Amino acid sequence: MKNKAMSAAIVAGAVATAVAGLAASVPAHAQAKEKCYGVSLKGQNDCKAGPGTTCAGTSTVDYQGNAWTLVPKGTCTTMKLPGDRHGSLTELKRDLPEA
Amino acid sequence: MSMTVFPSKTGAKDFAGALLDSAAATPDGIVGPDGKAAPKRFNVYRNNVVVSLCEALGQIYPAVKTLLGDEYFNAVARAFVTRHPPQSPVLIWYGGAFAAFIEEFPPLEAYPYLVDVARAEWSWLQAYHAADAAPMDPALLGALDPEKVGEARLEKHPAALLVRSDWPVLDLLRANRFFPEDAVAVDLSLSQSVLITRPDLDVEIRLPYPGGAVFIEALFEGFALAEAAGKAQSQCAEFSLSDCLSDCLSSGAFTGLTAGRE
Repeated sequence: MKNKAMSAAIVAGAVATAVAGLAASVPAHAQAKEKCYGVSLKGQNDCKAGPGTTCAGTSTVDYQGNAWTLVPKGTCTTMKLPGDRHGSLTELKRDLPEA
Repeated sequence: MSMTVFPSKTGAKDFAGALLDSAAATPDGIVGPDGKAAPKRFNVYRNNVVVSLCEALGQIYPAVKTLLGDEYFNAVARAFVTRHPPQSPVLIWYGGAFAAFIEEFPPLEAYPYLVDVARAEWSWLQAYHAADAAPMDPALLGALDPEKVGEARLEKHPAALLVRSDWPVLDLLRANRFFPEDAVAVDLSLSQSVLITRPDLDVEIRLPYPGGAVFIEALFEGFALAEAAGKAQSQCAEFSLSDCLSDCLSSGAFTGLTAGRE
């Protein structure tokens, strides 16, 4: 059986529908993200290295100051956390695991 | 731990072979600080080599590990590691042959879906490590001449992968990897191919709309939009081009397009 290509008119109509639908919502990936230290719950931190070499999910205390997670850009330092803590774009000295 | 190896060429070959075979004798030239042969030290070392590679496999294939249980997984991993030692010092490239190994592993013949779960988890990792690229702006497609839009070919995003499966791969992943707390029901009579993308920093997995897997596969193979849509429609009566296209564009499966000839 030979596959017939879809007709130009139908394709054009579907493309218009799809593109119009997408224009209405800003895709999530259009938002830049930033590394934010001191905001992740224990075991929930991100890590760029990935499985096999991973440090993701290794933070051992809540809001650990030297563990970071990705958050939408611009929201890191304004994020409110329990105990009057704030996120930071650089490593923090607070809430470090006991040695 | 200090351990001295005198690397003659034959010695290095013995060393590599003995690392993966716990029954093999300690190669010549392996001595402790006192200058005497150090078989116990060597046993600790070779055990660490195999165990650390098994741990890496467990982190690459967490759903397979959950499905098999720790003990069974570690036994299969050990069998894999000793037959497929790393070919590169880069650990992120290790373990790609695991799905094929499971497929050929007779004791697991009755669980064919494990192979597809492993393929999906390997694809997830490839998407994770693929080059960053900005997804295509949907407006590019909207700007084409409507008469010619069907001739456009879309360029696959480096992190976009399609895993075709006759098993409910997405539900198996949700139940055994992403949402283990949620008691996801898995119906083994379902077929779920999955589209894996990483438009930004997070890997996304989604179930294409009906006919979407055929459509996306054809686009990845370089067919023009109208040809890919024709293939999908001939295999799936419910195929909706606008839904599938919207999914492809919002998931970041493509980076750009080549317009048809004027």
